[in-house]
Amino acid sequence: MGLFSTNPVAALGRAALEGIAAIGRVGLFAARGISAALSPPWYPRQILAQFASVGFLSLPVVGLTAWFTGAALALNIYSGGDRFNAETVLPQIVALGITRELGPVLAALMLAGRVASAMASEIGAMRATEQVDAMVTLSTDPRRYLIAPRLIAATLSLPLLTLITDIIGVAGGMQVSNYLIDLSPSIYITNTMDFLTAWDVESGLIKSAVFGFIIGLMGCFHGDNAKGGARGVGRATTSAMVSAAVLILASDYLLTSVFALK
Amino acid sequence: MTQTPMTTNAKIAWTGITKRFGAQVVLDGLDLAVAPGRSLALLGRSGQGKSVTIKLALGLMKPDAGQVLLDGVDVTRQSEAERRASFRGIGMLFQGGALFDSLPVWENVAFRLINADGIGRREARERAVEALALVKLAPDVADRYPSELSGGMQKRAGLARAIVGTPSLLFFDEPTTGLDPITAGAINELIRDRVTSLGCTAVSITHDMASARTIADELAMLDNGRIVWRGRADELDDADHPLVRAFVTGKSME
Repeated sequence: MGLFSTNPVAALGRAALEGIAAIGRVGLFAARGISAALSPPWYPRQILAQFASVGFLSLPVVGLTAWFTGAALALNIYSGGDRFNAETVLPQIVALGITRELGPVLAALMLAGRVASAMASEIGAMRATEQVDAMVTLSTDPRRYLIAPRLIAATLSLPLLTLITDIIGVAGGMQVSNYLIDLSPSIYITNTMDFLTAWDVESGLIKSAVFGFIIGLMGCFHGDNAKGGARGVGRATTSAMVSAAVLILASDYLLTSVFALK
Repeated sequence: MTQTPMTTNAKIAWTGITKRFGAQVVLDGLDLAVAPGRSLALLGRSGQGKSVTIKLALGLMKPDAGQVLLDGVDVTRQSEAERRASFRGIGMLFQGGALFDSLPVWENVAFRLINADGIGRREARERAVEALALVKLAPDVADRYPSELSGGMQKRAGLARAIVGTPSLLFFDEPTTGLDPITAGAINELIRDRVTSLGCTAVSITHDMASARTIADELAMLDNGRIVWRGRADELDDADHPLVRAFVTGKSME
């Protein structure tokens, strides 16, 4: 059967098999990455460098995104919510929207754009220039030196970034409320704190840890499988970002469904 | 034509190696052995599997059939951890240098010492600077990044990285490719000097006949997946194999 078979059943079957094989490859890569992350030897300098790259250097972009999102959410509730007096509970809706959904998802999507692509291009370029092979010949396991630190840093950094996103997002909503409906910051904060439960924040942080792992996994997987020189690295970079974004949104729905049943 | 060393006494031996990529058979029952302390240059036309031969020895690829014996132990059947332990005594100079561009030169050279041998950074740096001096690189090069070095300096830094752990087996993949004749000559002399002074076994891939004559005691011609000629460096000019003649004269076989 040729590659461009016109038999739709064969084409569907082939696509299904390729999809299953891809899931298997990602699953195996993830299992090996987790195993490397949880067992020695660890490379603390690499882990710290990744924390700086993934976490600290993402603060400006995540912070700006959070403020604008919180502010825009408050504006929408004010302008669209007056039809059912929603503006009276504006702080509560902003807090709920940011902590449960927008904070984790938007921080993750920004990180997917900034970090997953950077990981894929860096590891892909190292593959293309034989640096990964060189590491093997120097008795060092690339999974432990390259992959594990990125998985650890992405998984642990994103919850911290999400916590900051929550705070800045609520602050953005508070500034807009103060300007639009003359709601004082102290009342806004009191209303927010009285309304929010620990679970609202915790569920967002659990989600963001999963999203962080997905970002690290997609960045490393696509980089490690980059083939074909500069073009292959470019493809890997795009694939890492797109697949991370899609998986973040899909897993967000799944996790939200699980949390909703709690 | 010299005798192939017995694989049982060899430092490194490829026995009955077959490697395919899809329908293409790159290595077809390759048998090659290098005795301890000898330097062998592997010659052959492009695409004949010379780099694959080295990558199989380094565990970067798996053969479809056959064994790669390092000190008599088949490395193709070892676990990754066992192989990493076996490779402690191996140095490799990659064609493009393969220096880690995110690390300064001294950390490149000391990479194995720090990350595999657990040596402290201060001592590792001292040993890296010593290794750089052996390949005629000044101490101030240690703190530069690979992108700040010329091609020749990158090759020297790669050579320093290969020899820093006093290896017993060295691999060189096209050590003089892309270098001017003067720099290539200097690299060849450095390789010869290091191999002789370390007393280690060396396997080099090269298309450069001047390089092969300088760095190797023996030469082997790989063609169609097998060794078709093997001899001492001083037997090269008298070889009657048409492919070897073509390499020596630089003329087409047709």
